Amino acid sequence: MGIISRGFGGRRRESVPGLPPGQYLTHDFPVLSAGPTPRIPLDRWRFTVTTETGEKTSWNWTEFQALPAEDVTVDIHCVTKWSKLGTTWRGVSLDTLLADVESAADYTMVHSFGGYTTNVPMEDLLDGKAWVAYKFDGEDLEPEHGGPARLLIPHLYFWKSAKWVNGVQLMPDDDPGFWEAAGYHMYGDPWREQRYQGD
Amino acid sequence: MTQPGPRGAALDGNAMAGDLREIFAVDVTAARFMCAGCTHTDAVATLVVWHQSPGLVARCPNCSDVVLRVVRAPDRVYLDLRGSVRLEVPLEGS
Repeated sequence: MGIISRGFGGRRRESVPGLPPGQYLTHDFPVLSAGPTPRIPLDRWRFTVTTETGEKTSWNWTEFQALPAEDVTVDIHCVTKWSKLGTTWRGVSLDTLLADVESAADYTMVHSFGGYTTNVPMEDLLDGKAWVAYKFDGEDLEPEHGGPARLLIPHLYFWKSAKWVNGVQLMPDDDPGFWEAAGYHMYGDPWREQRYQGD
Repeated sequence: MTQPGPRGAALDGNAMAGDLREIFAVDVTAARFMCAGCTHTDAVATLVVWHQSPGLVARCPNCSDVVLRVVRAPDRVYLDLRGSVRLEVPLEGS
């Protein structure tokens, strides 16, 4: 044992690797909802990319399932301060979904069944940073957690990982989404604790 | 596909009384809103409030559109009223 006791230092939040400032670890998976949980039959599910000129590319569930999928293990951080480390997902990379889309847009608005929206810069959707995920922990994604499919963009606070996602609108300028318009940060980097406007 | 329907963990508009009291000098839960989505009008206390989320989300009991949102930061409260055409606030003594 060392001369200087570590005391309770080992329990300090900032001493947990992978935990951004102000966050605490959770091992369950809290459900946060801003409204009723939409139940989307798979035969009515569709994901649509709309460019700034109005051109649309869309996939139904069968077409979406035929796209190459990736298994990813990532840490997720909710703005309400819980973090969950090492979560496992399966989904289609936004690199795949945007590969053949011609656009000069720098920003996007992510849309969901039920009307939820959140804004994400285009560069944050690309280069292996974002997926449309449809499995969590090896199982089909439950409706309460955003199933049939949700956006997964783990390097931003989890409100950006829109549940029940059904499309991305590409935009030349940044516009606020559902929570951003109500006071939350336009970007939402958990490592810079960008929770609210002005942070 | 979102229906006004099972409220699940939602509360009624009275759940917002404390937060709104910090913004307004009157009890806003007694005010009447007009929903921007369907023009339904009723007391703020009748709104369906989703509170297990990053803020309070109050939805119209008729069409489930969002009527108002309240977000609390440590030193600020944000109130988003875009889903309301108006609030009708009764004045005492009139």
